Amino acid sequence: MRVGIPRSLLYYKYLPFWKTFLTELGLEVETSPLTNKKILSAGVKVAENELCVPVKAFYGHCMALRDKKVDALFVPRVVSVEERAYTCPKFLGLPDMIAAVADQLELPPLLTPKLNQREKPGEFKFQLINFARDEFGLGRLDAIAALESARLAQRQYDESLVNGMKPVDMLPASRLNQTRSRPPKEKRKRIGLLGHPYNIYDGYINQNLVARLEEMGAELTVPEMTDHHVLMKEATDVPKELYWTYEKEIMGAINHWTKNDMVDGVIYVLAFACGPDSLIQVLIEHRARMHNVPLMSLTIDEHSGEAGLITRIEAFIDMLMRKKKSAVAVA
Amino acid sequence: MKVTAPHMGHMHYMLDDLFQRLGVEYIKPPPSTTRTLQIGAKHSPEFACLPLKINIGNFIEGLEAGADTLIMAGGHGPCRFGYYGIVEERILRDLGYDFKFIMLEPFIDGKRAFYKTFEMLSPGLSIRGLWKILKVSFSKGRAFDWLYKRSLQIRAYEVNRGDTGRALKQAEEILALAHTAGEIEEAAAEAMRIIEAVEQDPDRRVMKIGIVGEFYLLLEPFSNFGLEEILGHMDAYLERSVWVTDWIAPKRDNKIYGYPKKLVEEKAAPFLNHNVGGEGRESIGGIVMFAERGFDGVIQLLPFGCMPENIATSIIPKVQQTHDIPVLTLAFDEQTGRAGMVTRVEAFTDLLAARRKSRLAIA
Repeated sequence: MRVGIPRSLLYYKYLPFWKTFLTELGLEVETSPLTNKKILSAGVKVAENELCVPVKAFYGHCMALRDKKVDALFVPRVVSVEERAYTCPKFLGLPDMIAAVADQLELPPLLTPKLNQREKPGEFKFQLINFARDEFGLGRLDAIAALESARLAQRQYDESLVNGMKPVDMLPASRLNQTRSRPPKEKRKRIGLLGHPYNIYDGYINQNLVARLEEMGAELTVPEMTDHHVLMKEATDVPKELYWTYEKEIMGAINHWTKNDMVDGVIYVLAFACGPDSLIQVLIEHRARMHNVPLMSLTIDEHSGEAGLITRIEAFIDMLMRKKKSAVAVA
Repeated sequence: MKVTAPHMGHMHYMLDDLFQRLGVEYIKPPPSTTRTLQIGAKHSPEFACLPLKINIGNFIEGLEAGADTLIMAGGHGPCRFGYYGIVEERILRDLGYDFKFIMLEPFIDGKRAFYKTFEMLSPGLSIRGLWKILKVSFSKGRAFDWLYKRSLQIRAYEVNRGDTGRALKQAEEILALAHTAGEIEEAAAEAMRIIEAVEQDPDRRVMKIGIVGEFYLLLEPFSNFGLEEILGHMDAYLERSVWVTDWIAPKRDNKIYGYPKKLVEEKAAPFLNHNVGGEGRESIGGIVMFAERGFDGVIQLLPFGCMPENIATSIIPKVQQTHDIPVLTLAFDEQTGRAGMVTRVEAFTDLLAARRKSRLAIA
């Protein structure tokens, strides 16, 4: 059986885990191509207008997998990945949203295991063991073996991220997101690129931002370069702990960077109409202001134009260059 | 200590009562106006949801009126509402206001913290005393909800346009003055009598419309341009799925709405089988139930960008198809105009009327 994994949303976080797990269960795994014009416009057409652009792209990726004639689509319901927290509500409803258009789009059947660790950490193991049993009639031991390999693969992936690799370096490459030429090292500015992996590494929906920044002279730092536990700990200096894990990572990252003077400036990429980001934006901007770190919020959606984006990031990097020079001149 | 809290429909009556019993001075923010929304939208993040923007406006106007302590409800997600307080505090402090901020977390997230919050407001308050106070204030809130529920139905039949509105005002005044448990009971009965006395035309052919969606938009007429009154004047008999006291009651048996949360969730299960925060699942379940009860149509209200409701909106086409019921989705933000909304609602009611006619013709 061939199972398709859409290349959007949590793909950028958990692909090694899911791919290994499904392969070890004896399935053939197929991923959709990188986001392109056809995929995004197909997604935008069927998806509800007010959804954020990565979710719209997700619809398109499901359709791309249908065209690849896979036998099933893997759309897990990722409710929670840590205790007393949630992911984004849209991940909670994603399988139902896709199921609602499945007939209309003639999508293959969906595989929707529910992963919820809100009540008990480690619960996801049992949920996946049950999933393997219910869907494929596999025994406990087979599932546990698959889980172990999957965890190993995920750990390796996470460790490489901490060591500075980017998901784009490890996931199948393309013309997009490849940096061609960069200014010499001493001329680069340290820029923290803040945001969800599915906004930052999807080179199509963000107009190839990562490569553009590097070509303009940015030495990028991303949240994934810091250990997850460090990020979680750094995110606790708010009066009430955030209940969205992925936003907590973002909060933790900016706190970590500003505290240890790791960046000269921060670019915060957020998708238009992103719910959680719209709120923590206030806290992030406050943090940057307190620590005197220049911050630019960059909102992306399916209508973003290339020219506007280039102008804005150029201006931002120019500003950083000048800021440093004048600081040197004063000193 | 002068306390203020944002508006949400008629909740200020209940808060007024509650703070009086706690012995705290309550500064009711001036009623929400265009200015409220403008200053709120100006200082809020661009795509924060509408309720947050109006909250900020209410808080600023409350602070201008002399309040020094702000109270906001909390929550545990995954909807944005539970984190409103933290963000609102940040925004207001960055604007330079000086105040004490109190966040009231729901009872189920910690009994002790819940009690401590009230003890902070009213030192020396016993747990027992608190329950007594909450119970009486809650019963007053219930009385208001019953009253409004009935008014949504009666307005469709009123002979003289606007009678229900006038009766409602009179009834509100009586109910607001009641203090002891006995008085509240009496006032509630009296208020009900007033609203029932509105002259009605029982033979009128009315349209039955259900209203579902995000709770703030449903509860706060300011945020939806008084949609319910507009619809009532178009001869629409209304029922809505969310009520203040249903929402804060610990058991969620939805006494006012009439159908317990559990049942609504069961009805939603074929389409949306998981909690997505806010009222997303309840909206889907609500539509199914209104369809099963033979309503002519359903209107879904949401703030622009509301995550749970957007999930519901994505699923509604399938519900509509399966249960054969028209649903109109209306999203609101600070840019929404009244005229545009009224036009859409008129077109929708026309559609419902035409649909009913063609059905009768077939039968």
